Amino acid sequence: MVRVVSRRLVQLSVTLIALMTLVFFWLRSLPGGPVDALLGERATPQTREALIRALGYDQPIHVQYGHFLKNVVTGNFGNSIRTGEPVTDVISRAFPATIELALAAIIIAVGLGIPLGYLAARHRGRLLDNATIVVTLIGISIPIFFLGYLLKDWLTQGVHLFPPSGRISTGADNTDVTGFFVLDGILTREWDASADALWHLVLPAVTLATIPLAIIVRITRASVLDVLDEDYIRTADAKGLRNATIRKRHVLRNGLLPVVTTIGLQTGALLAGAVLTEKVYNWGGLGTLITDSISGSRDYPVLQALILLAAVVFIVVNLVVDLSYAFIDPRVRVQ
Amino acid sequence: MSTLAEHKRRRIDELTARTAEAGGVSLLRDAGRRLLRDPTAIAGAVIILLFLIVAIFAPLVAPHDPVQRFPELTKDLTVDSVPGATAGHPLGSDPLGRDFASRMIYGARQTLFVGVLATLIGLLFGVLLGAIAGAVGGWVDVLIMRVTDVMLALPSLLLAITLVALASESTQWTVIIAVAVVNVPIFARLLRGSMLAQRESDHVLAARALGVKRRHIVTRHMLPNSLTAVIVQATLTFAVAILDAAALSFLGLGDPDINRAEWGLMLGVDGVRYLEVRPELAYYPAVAIIVVALGFTLLGEGMREALDPKNRR
Amino acid sequence: MRAPRTAIAAGVIAALTIGVAGCAESDRDNGEDQGNASGGTFVFAGAGDPKNFDPIFNDDGESFRPIRQMYETLVTHKPGTAELTGGLAESWSNDPTGKVWTFKLRQGVKFHDGTALDATAVCANFDRWYNMKGEAAQSQMIYYADVFGGFAGSPDAVYDNCKAQDASTAVVTMTKYKGAFPGAFALTAFSIASPAAIKQYDADTVTQNGDSFSYSAFATEHPTGTGAFTYGGWNKATGEITLNRNADYWGEKAKVDKVIIKVIKDENTRKQELRAGTVQAIDFPAPADRKALADEGYEVLERPAFNILYLGINQKNNPKLKDLRVRQAIAYALNRAQLVQTKGPGGSVVADQFLPDTVLGYAPDVQKYDYSVDKAKALLSEAGATGLTLNFYYPTEVSRPYMPNPQEIFTVLANDLQAAGIKVNGVPRPWNGGFKDDVQQFGKQDLHILGWTGDYNDPGNFVGTFFGRPKVEFGDDAMTEMFTAIGKADATVDQAAKRTAFEQVNRDLAAKWLPAVPIWHAPPAIVTTKEVEGLVPSPLTAEEFDTVSITK
Repeated sequence: MVRVVSRRLVQLSVTLIALMTLVFFWLRSLPGGPVDALLGERATPQTREALIRALGYDQPIHVQYGHFLKNVVTGNFGNSIRTGEPVTDVISRAFPATIELALAAIIIAVGLGIPLGYLAARHRGRLLDNATIVVTLIGISIPIFFLGYLLKDWLTQGVHLFPPSGRISTGADNTDVTGFFVLDGILTREWDASADALWHLVLPAVTLATIPLAIIVRITRASVLDVLDEDYIRTADAKGLRNATIRKRHVLRNGLLPVVTTIGLQTGALLAGAVLTEKVYNWGGLGTLITDSISGSRDYPVLQALILLAAVVFIVVNLVVDLSYAFIDPRVRVQ
Repeated sequence: MSTLAEHKRRRIDELTARTAEAGGVSLLRDAGRRLLRDPTAIAGAVIILLFLIVAIFAPLVAPHDPVQRFPELTKDLTVDSVPGATAGHPLGSDPLGRDFASRMIYGARQTLFVGVLATLIGLLFGVLLGAIAGAVGGWVDVLIMRVTDVMLALPSLLLAITLVALASESTQWTVIIAVAVVNVPIFARLLRGSMLAQRESDHVLAARALGVKRRHIVTRHMLPNSLTAVIVQATLTFAVAILDAAALSFLGLGDPDINRAEWGLMLGVDGVRYLEVRPELAYYPAVAIIVVALGFTLLGEGMREALDPKNRR
Repeated sequence: MRAPRTAIAAGVIAALTIGVAGCAESDRDNGEDQGNASGGTFVFAGAGDPKNFDPIFNDDGESFRPIRQMYETLVTHKPGTAELTGGLAESWSNDPTGKVWTFKLRQGVKFHDGTALDATAVCANFDRWYNMKGEAAQSQMIYYADVFGGFAGSPDAVYDNCKAQDASTAVVTMTKYKGAFPGAFALTAFSIASPAAIKQYDADTVTQNGDSFSYSAFATEHPTGTGAFTYGGWNKATGEITLNRNADYWGEKAKVDKVIIKVIKDENTRKQELRAGTVQAIDFPAPADRKALADEGYEVLERPAFNILYLGINQKNNPKLKDLRVRQAIAYALNRAQLVQTKGPGGSVVADQFLPDTVLGYAPDVQKYDYSVDKAKALLSEAGATGLTLNFYYPTEVSRPYMPNPQEIFTVLANDLQAAGIKVNGVPRPWNGGFKDDVQQFGKQDLHILGWTGDYNDPGNFVGTFFGRPKVEFGDDAMTEMFTAIGKADATVDQAAKRTAFEQVNRDLAAKWLPAVPIWHAPPAIVTTKEVEGLVPSPLTAEEFDTVSITK
């Protein structure tokens, strides 16, 4: 296991350096960028030249690359163009926000998806099953930013059931410990803050959960149907085992395996969905950061770091899923 | 690599296996018969057919030119009120005084264009890479598969967003290509698997024994037989492509030319901006997108199911 | 108060208490400091993150919004206008050469750190700017470089020295007269900061880090000015900047206890938060939403228009554009009245010259180019330019007060040009990802849309900025006669003579030179709830929150 992990880590760092190099040269070849973004409409040509010198853009590209590589290796990704803060600060602040949102979405998707999928399978061909299929298909086909807008329009405007945006009420003096607002409230016993954060979490999490929910329902249904068809279930049935026992011992347990993988697969989709959901709900997470660092501002330092982060997260999630997979099913050996 | 990519791969490979197995004419006919008995697949096919008819005959169906601004519509148009239905304009105006009904109808055409091109470009490069990998084998195969593994690993929309951000120009083509690139690895993997399976199949072995040229075997025998799997995947891809194009528009990274009547663009830009002023500007393209995406998903899933050897009873 | 419901409840109780206190004042004599102490919190939704809080290193409205509440300038504007009035200086005057400026400072003004504002402190600020070291810092002093020409050692530097004649008289001497003064003294970038704090928190240190810069603790944590609000922190996780009422403010103290500037980038979300009651005012509502909000009972405060959108013409790439008749044909081809009617935010007007009518030098009698396709076509054929094809560059990924929706504006204008027989090849470019570069550095375009929001009431700030010197944007050395005329007008010290000179410039710009076509003046707005009173919309988007009160 240790060898697997360490080999993966070496692989990881080589991949990352190659990726960063590619991104560096690509960004340098684009028009506009940091100089345009840092200078407003009022800058004189002299100011522009001064800025180019101050940023070292007048130096040969290999010198710039050297500086860049040195910085990256030492964990310095420079400062955000938009806010002037170190990129690492910007990202570490946005990170918990997205994780909080994604976790909530996964909980909703799994908590609702597995029972629904199971029920649909048990009632195969009946109304519940058909209704579930139709609804999940629409769930996959609806543009989620549009769904977010609808939910926001219906539930936060005329009737103020939920807040329209943000992670916590304006002016709340919650204590920021971990950056996970719900957790922070619990840690500091500021129950109000936790409740408030949860209240803000509902709509974004529901919006983000739509697609994974639909997919989990479908996979669970298909998987349970497969298992129900298997000989050992029929045998168990024929043996006269109680329905509940069959359900617990055999169907759910065996049917769950593909579902676990699907949940892992959905992490990628969640990140993509977060970009849209966070924009809709002004949620200060990584998704907003990606949009903000591209659209309008071309905040390349942040973008570079985000690409790197995405790669790291993906590889780590893969590793974790691999390990947990091996844990659930001993037959699978991690190579 | 890892289990995640492994699973994406396995999903693709399964499809490959099914279609490779279904190589025989009788089996394909069998699958076709199953497909015709599947009401959801038929519903999907009907939706797609309608969509295609509207898209192809848009100039005949649409009452007006979709980019022309009409004086009778601009007369009452202001930034905070968009005129509704009037004589000759059944759905009223869009935010620039153009005929909304015509834009919806031409929208089918543009949406088809974006979806088909994104799918086709992805398919073309994917098939090319997959065919090379499958036909050449060796280190070329390993290299191509490694690259597709990495690409498969990234969430599709994120990859598309990054590509748009990294493009130096923003045009409709940036969007199409960004959405297309996401699909390249899927098609590459699909085709390669299918070709590998066939390399060992009887008719290819026979052709080789007869001394038929390698290129001939690849283009005449292996490629056509792999097409079934590719068509199934392309059908599913289409739905994702139009949804991704809409998402890019919403993020302000989509097609910049708002003269173009494309549903994703209409929903992501005007629809969202004028949601309160004229909700129809959002609802109509949204419903159109949902229905068409649904149609392609239904048909794609139906075909996939039909090819599943398990369902062969 | 954490849970919103608790907050609302508390707010209601507080409001009731005030109401009761007002009605039944005679009944209570517990000595509660009524009015001021319970002024409440004013939550204002801004549209973007500020960069930092050191005035001199900023150049954008979102940074200036909080800065303006914490700092003050020597000269300022009368609320709601672009007219100058005394700020930290009660009065100011210049000698006949226009080079020596004397400021009589207000007495008893203290910085937030308790040090006194006197002539030495004012001069310390001027000297700090002039002597700023390092290209990192200098490259971020965008307004300073523009207005003051350069830094110590530069031959173009306008600033010479500042002397404290006595504690309350500062005399600033320039190397030459510049038309920007005294208006430029009111720029938020030239706010006066506490020299002690500047020194203590190492304000001049700006270091390059990767593709951007790090600022000092002064700029990020300890902004120290004289304003009606003091810095209360910036919660970046929630995007909230808190400002506290300055109890030692020299003038009338702020009516609210606290101001929270909440950053909400999406205009739709700003509107929804306003409706949900979580913010009391929003900046830059979507033009489409203004009417609906007004109908629902919100106050829509339109700022007097102080901006301009223009269609720029680059004469370099297509020789036909050097012909005045072709440029006039373009002007005639544009149906600007219809553009204003269909796409203009409430209060927009067609622009017939490059500055709003409130600015000195506005000439009512310029050539107007009313929409006429026939005239356009006639001029084109007369100039032998039928079948003209032009590359029209327009920005994406951006929204500016003068162009809320560039893509729509482009589409309408291009449509008009096509109708007059000019073929348009639209080229969209991301704002920071190529548009500014292509248009202002490389001049790839034939036509483009761009605009400007004025900084102070001076024609040089409008026409001087656009046409006062050769610019790639318009084809560089297109019209030397124009540069000379504007330079001359700008250098006129006597105000009446300056007015006449600029009026002539504006007439010539329209009739003789036409380097661009002015499109519209589009006033941006603020929307507030009914409870907000005393918020005066400023043409310069320079609202001050000390006069704001929350009533019920």
